[in-house]
Amino acid sequence: MRPLLFEIGSTGRRGTSLPALEFPRKEVSSFLPFHLLRKNPPELPEVSELDVVRHYTSLSKKNFSVDANFYPLGSCTMKYNPKVNEDVVKQIGFLNLHPYQEEETVQGVLELLYNLEKILCEIVGVDEFCLQPAAGAQGEFTGLLIMHAYHSDRGNPRKKILVPDSSHGTNPASAALCGYEVIQVKSNARGRVDLDELRRLLDQNVAGMMLTNPNTLGLFEDEVSEIAKLVHEVEGLLYYDGANLNPLLGMARPGDMGFDIVHLNTHKTFSTPHGGGGPGAGPVGVKKFLSKYLPTPRIVQEKELFRIKHDFPKSVGKLTAFYGNTGVLLRAYAYIRSLGREGLLRTGQHAILNANYLLKGLKTFYEVAYPEMCMHEFVLTATRQKEKGVRALDIAKRLIDFGIHPPTIYFPLIVPEAMMIEPTETESRQTLDHFIEVMKTIAKEVEENPTLFRQAPMSAPVRRLDEVWAARHPVLKWEKKKRDEIPVASYSA
Amino acid sequence: MNIPEGLFYTKTHEWARRDGRETCVGITDHAQSELSDVVFIELPKAGRLVKQEDPTAVIESVKAAYDIFAPVSGKVIRVNPEIEKDPALVNKDPYGKGWLFVIEGAEEGDFKHLMDKGSYEVFLKR
Repeated sequence: MRPLLFEIGSTGRRGTSLPALEFPRKEVSSFLPFHLLRKNPPELPEVSELDVVRHYTSLSKKNFSVDANFYPLGSCTMKYNPKVNEDVVKQIGFLNLHPYQEEETVQGVLELLYNLEKILCEIVGVDEFCLQPAAGAQGEFTGLLIMHAYHSDRGNPRKKILVPDSSHGTNPASAALCGYEVIQVKSNARGRVDLDELRRLLDQNVAGMMLTNPNTLGLFEDEVSEIAKLVHEVEGLLYYDGANLNPLLGMARPGDMGFDIVHLNTHKTFSTPHGGGGPGAGPVGVKKFLSKYLPTPRIVQEKELFRIKHDFPKSVGKLTAFYGNTGVLLRAYAYIRSLGREGLLRTGQHAILNANYLLKGLKTFYEVAYPEMCMHEFVLTATRQKEKGVRALDIAKRLIDFGIHPPTIYFPLIVPEAMMIEPTETESRQTLDHFIEVMKTIAKEVEENPTLFRQAPMSAPVRRLDEVWAARHPVLKWEKKKRDEIPVASYSA
Repeated sequence: MNIPEGLFYTKTHEWARRDGRETCVGITDHAQSELSDVVFIELPKAGRLVKQEDPTAVIESVKAAYDIFAPVSGKVIRVNPEIEKDPALVNKDPYGKGWLFVIEGAEEGDFKHLMDKGSYEVFLKR
């Protein structure tokens, strides 16, 4: 392992050297009262500019990214982010904006955001959008706040939210954060929502149901119209988790399927940067009858001007500073406009084609959880490999040695030894063929040399990490004293 | 896979050891092996009333978090004090030091819904 920035350098080393003082030096204590002075100097790295550049350049080379390697991480839609998005946000007119500028001086960006809302409405089939939520999870929370506000307005806030047993973990988490009781709906033998079970669970205390379509098994919920009808019969609302919107682009619209509230993940569907904890965007769209509950402020058009309006008495309120993460939203806008209607349609089609190509190429070597045509992703189950003592986790680690990012493993929870694979539309046939070859090689290794997998990954900067130790004793910040107390095994594997 | 004689088993892979009015509860060897390394267990408070099949504890492994369901109805009277410090006991000794909690006052009928060693073995092979 490379030493931390705190561990390189030496006392007194600096990034810049300042000229000598031309006036008498005064102690800090002559400016500040005693109780504000620190007792010990801050523990900062003492390094030169070159130390810092080498340190971060070296770390960046260890970074695994879709710009360098294939990244079939199911459910995360790791599509390539076109560089034109970056060109757009770096235009001087966007770069130098300040959120406290007068509305009249930011008409361009307001118009663009206003238009993005309209475009998203059209793509998803709803009436109004709000771009404010800072991530998908906050979008979910917003959607549920809207649901809560709607039912409260009608006299009964209701208590329960239904989620399928294959749902993303954020669904029950968002519902619980909103104060709802979470009820799981079992999947049927086809990997879809079990309608009989749904009928049994629906009553006047159900606020709504959260659904992903295609679901996390990569299967289209072909009974979604019936699901919508059943949920609406008890006057509940149907919520669309937009994580898997990618394959539907230009082909089908959640609004037409009966969904009332929708959140989108711009980093999945609309090629904005992933991860790192943000900044992100999780726009939320609703049907007309719910629009009064959308978060404030909102962008409205009045005569020739776009304005930021706060006066919406039924709104669930404000979620983020200003109007969300504009830089991310600009990238999503650039992506949509550079593809156009025709390009978006082909995006969805190619995502489906690529996934099915992989599925067909892999099903001889691995068991498929639900063997039928898939949408944008599919789930393998390593049951055959497990008989040889090799688990999904081991296969995932071995893939790293071949320069491929592991698929999502052990999710969805209803599939044992799950490996969830999503190639996205941006991969070429050569890359897909290469992946199939690698997976074939790994399947052969399982048969011939299963003990090899205990060693994997062999080529990564770190080998198997002590996940239990990491979960039980997380070290989240550097402290001079603490460093010696961390056991070597957990830190320099 | 270790499945001891004389215990009761659930479809959700808990075991129950009946001892007079008290029923000791844990998870099976199969369950701990499927979960892999356990990192955290949230136990119920002593005194809590539970019904059969109620989610009663939460177990978190490096793979995922799962509910643990009460195999019988009654009152939780004791929880394993060692588990919080060392959740790995569930992996090391699932039927012994890795026990989770004790329920008092289960009815005869509760046990009729549970499996014995033989039926659990068949259930696992299914």
